[in-house]
Amino acid sequence: MRGHAFEARAKDDGGTELIRLLCERLGDGSPPPPGPGGVDTPDLAASGPEGRTARTALALREATAAGRWALLDHPMLALSVAGTPAYLEPDAVVVHPDGGWTVVEIKSFAMVDGAADAAKVGAAARQAAVYALALEPVAERIGDGASVRHSALLVCPKNFSNLPDAALVDLRKQVATTRRQLDRLTGVADIADGLPHGTTFDLCLADDGRTPTRPADELAAAVDAVGAAYAPECLAACELAFHCRARSRAADAVQTLGRALRAELGGLSTIEAVLAAAAGEAGDPGDPAVAALRRAARLRAESLETAGAASCP
Amino acid sequence: MSLIDTLARLEAARDGRARPLATVRHRHVSDRPLVFVPLTTAGEAGAPLGALVGTERDAPRLLVVAQPRDRDLRSAFLAELADAMLPRIEECADAVEREERKETDPTTGKKVPVEVELCADAPQVVVPSAAGVEYVRLLGRSMRFRRTAEQDPDAPHPAPPRVPLLGRWLTHFGERSRVPGSSLLLAMTQVLGRHWATGQSVLEDQHLGALLAWIDPPEGTSGAAAALRAELARDAEGLPAHPPAGPATDPVFDNKRLAPAIARYDRARADVLQASPHRFAAAHRALADAEREIRDLLEGQLRPTWDAVWQGIDLLRALPEGARVGERWKRDRWSYTAHRDRVRAGEPPQPRRDDAVTAARKLAARETAQAQLDAQEALDDPLVMAGRRLAGEAFAGPVAEVVMEYSEAKIPRPRPLVTLRTQDAPHVADGVKLHRALPDGRSQPAEFVSHGPDGTLTVRLTGGMGRGKTPEAGSVPEPGDQVCWTLFEHAPRGGPELPEPEQTPWTHGGPPAAAAEAPDPVTAEDHL
Repeated sequence: MRGHAFEARAKDDGGTELIRLLCERLGDGSPPPPGPGGVDTPDLAASGPEGRTARTALALREATAAGRWALLDHPMLALSVAGTPAYLEPDAVVVHPDGGWTVVEIKSFAMVDGAADAAKVGAAARQAAVYALALEPVAERIGDGASVRHSALLVCPKNFSNLPDAALVDLRKQVATTRRQLDRLTGVADIADGLPHGTTFDLCLADDGRTPTRPADELAAAVDAVGAAYAPECLAACELAFHCRARSRAADAVQTLGRALRAELGGLSTIEAVLAAAAGEAGDPGDPAVAALRRAARLRAESLETAGAASCP
Repeated sequence: MSLIDTLARLEAARDGRARPLATVRHRHVSDRPLVFVPLTTAGEAGAPLGALVGTERDAPRLLVVAQPRDRDLRSAFLAELADAMLPRIEECADAVEREERKETDPTTGKKVPVEVELCADAPQVVVPSAAGVEYVRLLGRSMRFRRTAEQDPDAPHPAPPRVPLLGRWLTHFGERSRVPGSSLLLAMTQVLGRHWATGQSVLEDQHLGALLAWIDPPEGTSGAAAALRAELARDAEGLPAHPPAGPATDPVFDNKRLAPAIARYDRARADVLQASPHRFAAAHRALADAEREIRDLLEGQLRPTWDAVWQGIDLLRALPEGARVGERWKRDRWSYTAHRDRVRAGEPPQPRRDDAVTAARKLAARETAQAQLDAQEALDDPLVMAGRRLAGEAFAGPVAEVVMEYSEAKIPRPRPLVTLRTQDAPHVADGVKLHRALPDGRSQPAEFVSHGPDGTLTVRLTGGMGRGKTPEAGSVPEPGDQVCWTLFEHAPRGGPELPEPEQTPWTHGGPPAAAAEAPDPVTAEDHL
């Protein structure tokens, strides 16, 4: 709610204020910020995501060729994720007179004295990196000086007010990471091939368009057919996380307690197996992970005993 | 996380109940902690909605902002908060002890002993979670630059003088909480997480209700089941059975309970303004009712967290205090005393950004504090020491043999060789310095000599045995004694001194500007 209100406010003068902030932060002798009316705001309306993507590409081509400042409000971009197209909608993209494009990300968390919550800024940078990646092929097709700038403009409320403040965020690292992750994703077609025939997540909505008619058991079975690598970080990001967590807990997986744990326990993947190895009931004593566990268990038992003896004389 | 802590977490997951990570309490807990449970408005980052505050568990003071968008109500809230918190914060300022400290004499440049005041106790603020600590910092930042009517008669919305004062104190508490091992401002989830391992991840431990359920589950249920209920249970309307510890409220509560109540309050207030004289009393009653409804709603959200914080305090108090916790609390008292002196001297509020020298000094102080904390926790607690032994940074065992040897100086000094039987595998090489805590608390230096057959280690004591030819009684272990040597120093010192702010080199921006900072400009849309 507040996010939308702030975004509307940051853009309500046709982008003049946003571009003034951008020029101020760049401070590199780019052309001076335009006055009122000096920013083109092309109309991007079209039907369907494909139509809007094509309209955006056209607007980018025209704006780059015009050699003026332009603000594309909510453009639509396409990015291939695991072999299927995904449509993305950045808050805005600015076209510089020199043909450079800057992704603009508008967030509602406050920037107090020029600093904001690191976790939120990191998330915003990762989000902007995905937009930059989706813009790159468009820039290549257009050529003619068009290029995606490697910094995004992050716009946040200033201190305790609703006035916009901005900072440039370098995206090179996030872009490289995201590109590598996208390249490594298993294709959706390959995942689908591994599923039982006829698996569907269709809710079979009733005529009112809201009430799902598919039985919950069937849907749960379909979800269970797809593998998931649960880690506690999922809880902050995914609506299915509680489901995956319950499954991970039922499977006694050590990763339920954190990714780092998994790394230090070697090949032992269930809590039962780790504790049995630590107690000396199972596991190969020659395995360094098992040997370290046994030493740890011995030291822990020993010091709890010493402390217990000391506190109950 | 060391493998020992990991093991504790796995045991907790198996048993459905938290397992100890420490055998003593590593943080100071005040006799009269000032508990502060804040709530903010969802979305409006930082706009206060209400708070419970106080030092008595049965008598919290409830503060409420009935309409968070109203600047006057927010100001009233901050003024009330100052009235609730400052008396406890300031009451420790006058009871002082005399301490002797070495200071550099500005004229001669020599170190001379000076007698200074040290407050005998300091106030301790306890908040539910790490987000609460961040909120204390935010409140401090927002309040300390407010202008009072006296300072600036023309400024709109002047603040009562106690508001910027509380802002400075909250900023100090927030800054101090970044020093490892400090106890001036504690986040309950962090302190409990330091002492107990639950069968869930560290991320899930941020939920105070779930964390407490693991440590101290209700009679007849397992910690795992109670934690799951604390985290997820909702009633038929979707309202959480256990409200979140804040400062953010639950979105379902916001939409189904709070928003309608605030709307009723707004209508009642508009009504009062328009009411004709004969309806005036009735309209006022309606407004009071609407306000009481919001107070009740917020108290319902805050009270469970308030009780949970006190339950956590009880759990912590049940642990015996570590031997060196008092020493760290004394440093907190020094920091409190120093800030008291700055306020009394009429210094301006803390700047928005530290200058280069202050920032470097703070960072160095925190690094030293971290090293000291690591050493002290290990010395206070065999379970923490076990982690260091597992990492090869310490070793312990019974003494097998002591051979008396002497140094080859003109006046020979005792340099006994102590052989230890141990199963630990420390990362030592010849001549590595070792440290051992003597029964009187001093640290005794030694050096590593050699690995013996069948897992024995030989160590030469190099000091801490008095001045004579024969070592002082008790300074050399006897065969059969249980001893523990560490590779880390017991009282690590910080790095070299940093220059004075006036001598900041140009590489770091040069000397900072002396002018005090201007207050924030007042805008029509401020929300804190």
